Amino acid sequence: MRHKAKSITLSALHIFAFWFLSQAAASALAANPSTNIFDPQSTPARSIFDLSIFVLSITAVIFVVVFTLIVYSIVKFGSNAADAGREPAQVYGSTQIELAWTIIPILIVVVLFLATARTIHAVQDAPEPATALDVVAIGHQFWWEFRYPKLGIVTANELHIPVSDPAHPTPTFLKLFSADTDHSFWIPELAGKTDLIPNHPNHMWMDPHRTGVFLGQCAQYCGTQHALMLLRVSVDSPEDFAAWARSQQQPAVQDEKVSAGKRVFETTACINCHAIAGTVADGRFGPDLTHLMSRQTIASGAAQNTTEKLRLWIQNPDAIKPGSLMPAMKLSDADLDALVSYLETLR
Amino acid sequence: MSSDAMAVPNVQVDGRPWVETLHEWLTTVDHKRLGILYIVYALFFLVVGGIEAAVLRIQLMRPENDFVSPQVFNRMFTMHGTTMIFFVAMPVLFGFANYLVPLMIGARDMAFPRLNAFSFWLTALGGILLYFSFLGGNGLYGAGTAPDVGWWAYAPLTARAFSPGHSSDYWTIALLVSGFGSIGTAINIIATILCMRCPGMTLNRMPLLAWLNMTMSGMVLIALTPLSAAQIMLLIDRYLGGHFFDTQAGGSAVMWMHFFWIFGHPEVYILIIPCFAFMSEIVPVFSRKPIFGYPVMVGATVCIAFVSMSVWAHHMFTVGMNSYVNSFFTISSMVVGIPTGIKIFNWIGTMWGGRIQFKTPMLFCIGFLFQFLIAGLTGIMLAAAPFDWQLSLSYFVVAHFHYVIVGGILFALFGAFYYWYPKITGRMMSETLGKWHFWLFVIGFHMTFDVMHFPGLLGMPRRIYTYQPDRGWGTMNLIITIGAFIQGIAILVFVWNLIVSYWKGARAGNDPWDAWTLEWSVSSPPPVYNFASIPVVESRRPLWDLKHPEDPDSLYE
Repeated sequence: MRHKAKSITLSALHIFAFWFLSQAAASALAANPSTNIFDPQSTPARSIFDLSIFVLSITAVIFVVVFTLIVYSIVKFGSNAADAGREPAQVYGSTQIELAWTIIPILIVVVLFLATARTIHAVQDAPEPATALDVVAIGHQFWWEFRYPKLGIVTANELHIPVSDPAHPTPTFLKLFSADTDHSFWIPELAGKTDLIPNHPNHMWMDPHRTGVFLGQCAQYCGTQHALMLLRVSVDSPEDFAAWARSQQQPAVQDEKVSAGKRVFETTACINCHAIAGTVADGRFGPDLTHLMSRQTIASGAAQNTTEKLRLWIQNPDAIKPGSLMPAMKLSDADLDALVSYLETLR
Repeated sequence: MSSDAMAVPNVQVDGRPWVETLHEWLTTVDHKRLGILYIVYALFFLVVGGIEAAVLRIQLMRPENDFVSPQVFNRMFTMHGTTMIFFVAMPVLFGFANYLVPLMIGARDMAFPRLNAFSFWLTALGGILLYFSFLGGNGLYGAGTAPDVGWWAYAPLTARAFSPGHSSDYWTIALLVSGFGSIGTAINIIATILCMRCPGMTLNRMPLLAWLNMTMSGMVLIALTPLSAAQIMLLIDRYLGGHFFDTQAGGSAVMWMHFFWIFGHPEVYILIIPCFAFMSEIVPVFSRKPIFGYPVMVGATVCIAFVSMSVWAHHMFTVGMNSYVNSFFTISSMVVGIPTGIKIFNWIGTMWGGRIQFKTPMLFCIGFLFQFLIAGLTGIMLAAAPFDWQLSLSYFVVAHFHYVIVGGILFALFGAFYYWYPKITGRMMSETLGKWHFWLFVIGFHMTFDVMHFPGLLGMPRRIYTYQPDRGWGTMNLIITIGAFIQGIAILVFVWNLIVSYWKGARAGNDPWDAWTLEWSVSSPPPVYNFASIPVVESRRPLWDLKHPEDPDSLYE
């Protein structure tokens, strides 16, 4: 009995150490948005977190018990000089003991399975409420396309969704597609990951409980630039989200002062891949640029959206993201100046 | 390196030209020589795969490092995984099985010696084809050299649209060819064990090593078949206009995942079961007791073999299967933990009440016990589907399966090397170097793979060649890399020990460990055709009976 109490104390210590380590790591990241799976900020992530702690606790108890048994048998039954030449009692087995260490694990598995099945059902089979926001996410090599079918918005790489008040939930339900290879959508603090697979539509949902920026990235190897297929989710207050949606629904800004840059855009290969609403550009291989300047980053999060980075990205994408499918445009300095000036009006 | 040490004995003594010796080794159908060839071949690729791992770790040691390009990094992790599974772990285990099974069941050779040689050379050809991709992968397209599709080669990355040139073809054909080699060896092991046992050696008296290798071979027959089928389908897709996995023409990427993992998960058990076999031979001898619960150990192994055939889709929890399928694969994956746990308990039961001798082989077995325990428990976490939605495809998974493969399989293998080296060469390996090897490897292993769990919990996906400084993964990755290099040093100590001991090691004699199975009854190295007269056994420990005629095992079994 005392031995058992000791095990429980030790396992509690083990869990605490684990929790402490992850918290310490989380606080080290406090200045930046974190990607800690033990810092859930929405219902599915919270359900997973609760199950995780349960599974961790049980495995910690098993660990402590078996670890103790191994250490004990090594320390207790190590041979010494006095034993030289003598063999220990030859024991071949014991049915009772075998039964004990078969039945106890079976009971543990039953408990673990029931808890797990409950969480699977709660997360996967949650019905979509009428107040939910529908978003279509399409994975591309190596960027994210987001479409809001009911709002008529198309954007890329930075997903905006409203915060969800548990009293009046406004969760976001994502339909996941892929335009080319397999990808996986993973924002650790909002939900577990779900793959985007060609010819195999998937879905997932999340209902963030607080506003802010949440980070993640493609989790399924998708080709050369899998590593820089980053993902940002901006969780907005209902008012901010409505304002963002209204501005995204506008056609592109038409500014006479940058017509030279617009002409460069419309007469080079840019329009093969990029779309700008209200112009001849309607390519769909690359991100929609209608509201490029509303985004914090370019190249799927690989660089900040600044004038210098934009110029570098157009002239030499490999300097930012080697292996990306954006070609180097090799424009003259004059054309590049004009083009970047034009792009910077696309708010 | 070690190839010379083990492969070319007594050249000077015989005074024969080296060409003749080489010819003998190339044309041999002797199970012991083929076993050594398998092992030496695997050791060579262990070093190659280790160098690839070092490239990966140098690149990841700090954020935004530029040691290699993403293209090179992607090739390195693809080649590292493929090499270590197919051209290190499989051949080294087949090598030990080839060498030991006939000796332990009192047979003079394998059932089909020519098939045995054919299988080895197919496996060898597979490895050569894989590495020839560095030269031939470009094809006429200039599209990159070695394969860069990951060792699962998920569709549609392998389609011609995403993988031009021939790199994926070399990957496919290498696995197809070596897969046929594996099937040949598996048939051979089963036939040998079923038909070639010496008089008195009933199935119930076979050493556990024979039982476990027979189980493993049965799994190879079942698991390698879908993999080979999938490789052929992929070739049809790429060259004959098929659309099995070509998603742009209506094919299914998910079908490839099923084909791959219905091979891929049993494969883990195909690799670990022979290591359970090493454990089950070494732990009793160094505890000075018979294995605890022999029939339960056999039953648990067969149970693992069956259950492990129905757990594959736990690799696919993020693929979007429905909640019932996810629940099924959750429980089947947890159930496989029960017989595995039983095995751990039985090894503890074997040590319990024994007189444990902490020789190097036993040290590695004890390391195995601790590490395999942790690997099993993180496996339970991954089996819980919702937890897996977070952990899958992250560095946590990488840490988990390296805990199984390095902490489990490699540790047991090192134990086997130290235990059977005296039998194979006639010389003992150095205990001093062995302890250096063990402790350095334990330190390096834990620095690398304990720490590796944490970046995964903090959101670091696998297979990324770079990461942002603000994610907080940098320090951990630096520690992981340092640990990897300590492991590298330990491996050098091991290889040095293999070489030096061949000339400088103490003479082993027939039975240096005072062991109980038949291989220790013959000279070291064993004579051609093993047994001058076929032995007759009356229990599971024939040499115990011989050494203790007053108290033979046959009275109790």
